Amino acid sequence: MTNKELQKIANEVRKGIVTAVHAAGAGHPGGSLSAADIFTYLYFEEMNIDPKDPAKPDRDRFVLSKGHTAPGLYSVMAQRGYFPVEELTTLRKLGSRLQGHPSMQYLQGIDMSSGSLGQGISVACGMALSAKLDNKDYRTYTLLGDGEIEEGQVWEAAMFAGFRKLDNLVVIVDNNGLQIDGPVTEVCSPYPIDKKFEAFNFHVINVDAHDFDALRAAFKEARETKGQPTAIIAHSLKGKGVSFMEGQVSWHGVAPNDEQYAQAMEDLNKIGEALA
Amino acid sequence: MSEVKKIATRDSYGKELIELAKVNDKVVVLDADLAAATRTGWFKKEFPDRHIDCGIAECNMMGIAAGLATTGKIPFVSTFAMFATGRAFEQVRNSIGYPHLNVKIGGTHAGITVGEDGASHQCNEDLALMRTIPGMVVMCPADDIEARACVRAAAEHVGPVYIRFGRAACPVVNDRPDYKFELGKGTLLREGTDVSIIATGIGVGSALEAAEKLAADGISAEVVNICTIKPIDRELVVATAKKTGKVVTVEEHSVIGGLGSAVCDVLSEECPTVVKKIGMQDKFGESGSAAALVKKYGLDGDGVYASVKEFLK
Repeated sequence: MTNKELQKIANEVRKGIVTAVHAAGAGHPGGSLSAADIFTYLYFEEMNIDPKDPAKPDRDRFVLSKGHTAPGLYSVMAQRGYFPVEELTTLRKLGSRLQGHPSMQYLQGIDMSSGSLGQGISVACGMALSAKLDNKDYRTYTLLGDGEIEEGQVWEAAMFAGFRKLDNLVVIVDNNGLQIDGPVTEVCSPYPIDKKFEAFNFHVINVDAHDFDALRAAFKEARETKGQPTAIIAHSLKGKGVSFMEGQVSWHGVAPNDEQYAQAMEDLNKIGEALA
Repeated sequence: MSEVKKIATRDSYGKELIELAKVNDKVVVLDADLAAATRTGWFKKEFPDRHIDCGIAECNMMGIAAGLATTGKIPFVSTFAMFATGRAFEQVRNSIGYPHLNVKIGGTHAGITVGEDGASHQCNEDLALMRTIPGMVVMCPADDIEARACVRAAAEHVGPVYIRFGRAACPVVNDRPDYKFELGKGTLLREGTDVSIIATGIGVGSALEAAEKLAADGISAEVVNICTIKPIDRELVVATAKKTGKVVTVEEHSVIGGLGSAVCDVLSEECPTVVKKIGMQDKFGESGSAAALVKKYGLDGDGVYASVKEFLK
């Protein structure tokens, strides 16, 4: 796919995020929007997956360790054809397959239920280990938040992945710099993130999370890296694409009201028109 | 009961895992730097490629097991009951229980019979904690024979299972030709009419010993072994309560949330009965030999006998 095609899809993914969270009246738009390009690249370019056969054994796996950004995952899955885009407005509602945090029991295509931070990366390690044990060549991807890596379990998992040389595992950190209580640098700074992963025997790549050329190069490099897992530190902008949400801590876990929703869609429509 | 054979159920666990792995290639064993103590070291010797030492990181180990299970493996996660159910409770709940993954958790060194290590390692809360997780099967075998049967049954069952094992050797009470284990079914070990002693784990041996002593006093005690704490054998619990009208529970576990509570949950709904719960009475344990602790906290045959006598006064 061309970068322009990916950008168009990512913009649709962002519209889906804003629409779903607005309809739900709750959810996490900021970190969903910052990761929208990563979601798009993974689901449309990188991963070997088939929405028509979501459980095929040799598929690549994805674990959304930062499970609160479920709207981003749901929106990209809808775009990719796992379920109708219209269903996004059922987010968080009683009877919906789109639970507040991803649940594999509710929605086919979710490789792991998540939501409690720090746990998804361990599960991803287990998936990658299983491929190694059985000499299978599927790959496992997991997306973490930069606040999430304050959880100790992340480093237990990193130690395991580095020690076990899980080169079929890619850990992506959505480094948008903000968590609920404020900038990560003011809450309990995880920096330097890259050096930490290096110390745990990861191959580390720093990348602009909104540049598809950079993402393409990074995932290719990860694929070519042998004997080490890869950590992609994706430098991103929280709320990306919606003017009044960009870089704002306050949009971590709040839904836009009707007026704000109209403004957000206008912003995204303008981006879409520019891409047309 | 003079020459009773004694075997620690952690030994049964280590041995049965090897037998299981021989016939089921999906079985893998995870451990957190306690392979010697949990007896999974024996498995490691036989199947080095199927034993994964996760290091001293139990929370991560639970997640790895979950990941392995999503790909069709049957992981047996092994560590002390304290760390499996206490430290890693939330990982078990959210990464294994909620997605209902096919992970088997072997918690060894449960209860006060850990002995000398003291209260920090004596987990008297594991059954209570695991019972609260929807879909989790909870088993507490009474002896070697039952422990091995639990391991086999766990592998056959699809879904998360917790099995509690002990460190100290305990008497084999199920060594009889007609023994048959069925998940979710209790066993009537001794018929009686005056009082029902419902026991689990090492409490079963103590209950049988107590029943013998009670018989000498002219008291007819029925002894029921409940190995599967969840789902509990409601039918058997109600039947024995109806028969004798008095129930005593025995467990090497807190009286809050374990077998005693599970029995009361059933009886309060189906057959209100006065229940005396023998177990750890909302207290931490302490250092000492397993035998000395079991005696001090009234969980041996003499202790159960004395409590039942008091209860029947």
